[in-house]
Amino acid sequence: MAYILIFITAIFVNNVVLSQFLGICPFLGVSKKVETAAGMGAAVAFVLTIATIVTYLIQKYVLETFALEYLQTIAFILVIAALVQMVEIILKKVSPALYQALGVFLPLITTNCCILGVAILVANGTYASYDVDPSLLTGVVYAFSTALGFALAMVVFAGIREQLSLVNVPKGMEGMSIALVTAGLLAMAFMGFSGVDGGLKLLFGI
Amino acid sequence: MNNFKVLMNGIIKENPTFVLLLGMCPTLGTTSSAFNGMSMGLATTAVLVFSNLIISLIKNLIPDMVRIPSFIVVIASLVTILQMVLQAYVPAVYASLGLFIPLIVVNCIILGRAEAFAAKNGPVPSIFDGLGMGLGFTLGLTLLGATREFLGTGKIFDFAIFPEDYGMLLFVLAPGAFIALGYLIAIVNKIKKA
Repeated sequence: MAYILIFITAIFVNNVVLSQFLGICPFLGVSKKVETAAGMGAAVAFVLTIATIVTYLIQKYVLETFALEYLQTIAFILVIAALVQMVEIILKKVSPALYQALGVFLPLITTNCCILGVAILVANGTYASYDVDPSLLTGVVYAFSTALGFALAMVVFAGIREQLSLVNVPKGMEGMSIALVTAGLLAMAFMGFSGVDGGLKLLFGI
Repeated sequence: MNNFKVLMNGIIKENPTFVLLLGMCPTLGTTSSAFNGMSMGLATTAVLVFSNLIISLIKNLIPDMVRIPSFIVVIASLVTILQMVLQAYVPAVYASLGLFIPLIVVNCIILGRAEAFAAKNGPVPSIFDGLGMGLGFTLGLTLLGATREFLGTGKIFDFAIFPEDYGMLLFVLAPGAFIALGYLIAIVNKIKKA
């Protein structure tokens, strides 16, 4: 039950983009079309889940074992950069179809702060206020649900922007300005979910 | 190009927040008050100045193939140092900026300037470029932070302008960040055209 709580909270209540402000750059940058937004969302979901597993293991069995916690930032960003490269190479060999779909987004992901951000949150165990012990499994569930939340926000936002390109916008508001205001309204809509986590907690008796 | 021009270029003409729209995550995530925005801006400035300096000094030693990873290592080391310094001397700022301090590593401004400016210019212009871009970023974050704090709680830098009860709490929360930045960019566009 705790996993369902993590899942729903990470997607709707604490949406990674709209309430935690991680991964804003791709959110604003590649959200002009629904297909590209969905592609980016899928690529992030893929890399984020793998990156979280790898960085968690590195934190537990390398950094903490040798008391090197202060190297966390350097170690994680290098691991993520290498991992993205590796995923790209493996994907190209193993599944050309998937590579076709996700390929262009993969290089962009290294500097996507939601990957490093979630990896740090999971490794430090500070992601959950859900009264569950941070473990690898909860970390992975959290990372995957976060990525789904990212994809959801991307696709919804891209859908709105597609419609937005058809209407007349005041001169000064064109481009990024109106996109940001739209994102604000979307964030406001997602605020409607706040409190749902508390209700679920009661419901599941956690 | 003289150094003053390089400095002003970052602050006004290519302002990272309002013109280039880089580093949006900390811009939106840490500007719930003017003070938080300013601390984030200054922290980024510190990293930017030193990363530009170091990269302009070592640019000839790095093979072209591994340029980007080397830049990232330099930036990540500087961020780690900054993290320790903040934790030791200003724990309150460290606590309020939280996750966004390690995330300075993936701030596109820093890698962007390393690649676009420091890798092609000498150390002195690079310092000025880092300083200009950093101050431009700080200016943007402080302005956004002040706007949100003013509209949300009626204060600027904790100095009360109108009673807190009349504030629109929305602007301190997540949606307010997007909306306030959207309108600030619209205003900047308007001024630029005039």
